[in-house]
Amino acid sequence: MLAKTSETTTVETPSAKKIATRDAYGEALVQLGGERDDIVVLDADLSGSTRTKGFSKAFPERFFNMGVAEANMMGTAAGLAAMGKTVFASSFAMFAAGKAWEQIRQSICVPKLDVKICASHAGLTVGEDGKSHQMLEDLTIMGVLPNMTVIVPADAVEARGAVRAAAELEGPVYVRLSRAPTPIVLPDGHTFEPGVGTTLREGADVAIVACGVEVGAALEAAGLLAADGVEARVINMATVKPLDEDLLCRAARECGAVLTAEEHQVRGGLGSAVSDLLARTTPVPMDMVGVDDTFGESGTAEELLVRFGLDGASLAKRARTLIERKS
Amino acid sequence: MVLTPERKHEIEQVARQVRIDTIEMTHAAGCGHPGGPMGMADFMATLFIAHLRLDGGNLHDPDRDRMVLGNGHTCAGLYSLLSQKGIFPHELLATFRKLGSPLQGHPHRNPELGIDMSTGSLGTGLSVGAGMALAARLNGWGSRIYVASSDGESQEGQIWEAATSAAHYGLSNLCVLVDFNNIQIDGVMREVMDVRDLRAKYEAFGWHAVEVDGHDVDAVDGALCEARVTDDRPSAIICHTTLGKGVSFMENDAGWHGVAPDDEQATQALAELGV
Ligand SMILES: Cc1ncc(C[n+]2csc(CCOP(=O)(O)OP(=O)(O)O)c2C)c(N)n1
Ligand SMILES: [Mg+2]
Repeated sequence: MLAKTSETTTVETPSAKKIATRDAYGEALVQLGGERDDIVVLDADLSGSTRTKGFSKAFPERFFNMGVAEANMMGTAAGLAAMGKTVFASSFAMFAAGKAWEQIRQSICVPKLDVKICASHAGLTVGEDGKSHQMLEDLTIMGVLPNMTVIVPADAVEARGAVRAAAELEGPVYVRLSRAPTPIVLPDGHTFEPGVGTTLREGADVAIVACGVEVGAALEAAGLLAADGVEARVINMATVKPLDEDLLCRAARECGAVLTAEEHQVRGGLGSAVSDLLARTTPVPMDMVGVDDTFGESGTAEELLVRFGLDGASLAKRARTLIERKS
Repeated sequence: MVLTPERKHEIEQVARQVRIDTIEMTHAAGCGHPGGPMGMADFMATLFIAHLRLDGGNLHDPDRDRMVLGNGHTCAGLYSLLSQKGIFPHELLATFRKLGSPLQGHPHRNPELGIDMSTGSLGTGLSVGAGMALAARLNGWGSRIYVASSDGESQEGQIWEAATSAAHYGLSNLCVLVDFNNIQIDGVMREVMDVRDLRAKYEAFGWHAVEVDGHDVDAVDGALCEARVTDDRPSAIICHTTLGKGVSFMENDAGWHGVAPDDEQATQALAELGV
């Protein structure tokens, strides 16, 4: 069972330090490998990019490059897990989740095996590679699978914790990682707990619930809103499944409006999950920031976040409009 | 190694019981897939009786052998064999495909019942078997991993991804038995989508590959013995079989891939099987 206590830390503005969550993954994996000899890592010819290369160097006997064959990688991971291993399987999110969905369902989720899919290069911030590589649908197709836990770390600090938590959690876990270096938004020493959201900033005019890179954007938006006297509560919902329901319901009650933000299709991801919960329990005016039923395009990570309305200024604007809908 | 007459007799009896159970289970369920298991009965019985280290006594030994049924729709046969190996009572077979039964319409992994993997989606089994073989090797276990597959399943691309990687990693503890009956749902495999020479294909992928008459238990046993002494590569045994073997009106008829016998058909089938 996942613990259900929420913690509050106060972080005013994102720090200037930038580290990609995939880098944190690579480091955490090496550390874990040193502690537990049941950890096995698979990759599909992207070990340099996904950062499993560090593990492959440190523990070559427990690393298997599966070549460009993601479906077989997931099945192999299942077989290893069925024999008692804890398996990390990595590729780009597009191919790990997209290409091998049915294998993940049949061979990993149905038998509830300890396979931890750590998928990097998720979302628009892949950048210049463009739409073929910008996975914007993974939270939908991973989150809908029974037995699957879905985690989107907000920064490198949280990614480290998420990787450790994934190793300890029973059953399949999907961890969504980014290519682009992003600011550290959580305090050093922050401990990630699966299923537990973090309130990063207090406020009662609107709650902004975000995951991944959008947590930084949400904090930026809250700063802009504060300049106008609007106090936004900022919640980092790193575990997209299962949601921290208590924290969300309380935020809806106390703020009276909820804005979600994610680097993902607006339908089927965090926003959908939050609206699904609140519609059943605590209906309040809501808006959802995400990519609106379109594919991405080439550009730098930062340009793309602005282009698709996922930057702090865009979030602030959407929050202002949402607040006007409060009765 | 040659099968003793007693061993051979035992295998033949077990295979006959697989056919009887398959008819009774699918008849009782009113649905299911009788054709495949009846064709596979002889080579699967040879595997389970003469080779596979899995029974009521070693079920929970981590280093026992494993069995992955890639062509999961043929699970009536698997369940019959597991019960015949003393892993669960024969009466449980009557619950096949019924609400609440652990004997699901396609295998659901259940360590208590010796069901080693969830399957049903064709193409997934060989990859899982390869993963198990890797784990066994990492752990220094003597486990052999057996995967059942089929001609229809060989149309799946994932099979060839798995074949590539199993050979690359030299998984000599992995053995696939392919039920080659030239039948799939929509008819004759050669007409639907000809997979051609599977022995040559597996060989080209770097496997030790042989072709046998899947109803000749001596030949199957010989191939399984050969696979066990092949120490540098995985083994494939292409078993030529007749779908529905043992019941005249079922043999070689794609219509019996996934249709249960009615009362009259079941009675006739059981009579032909000597019940
Ligand atoms: C991925 C997938 N596609 C389709 C099916 C539906 N299906 C079940 S059995 C089968 C035919 C498989 O051929 P084969 O195993 O040779 O059939 P048999 O010889 O047992 O009649 C199909 C298409 C499936 N189970 N999985
Ligand atoms: Mg067939």
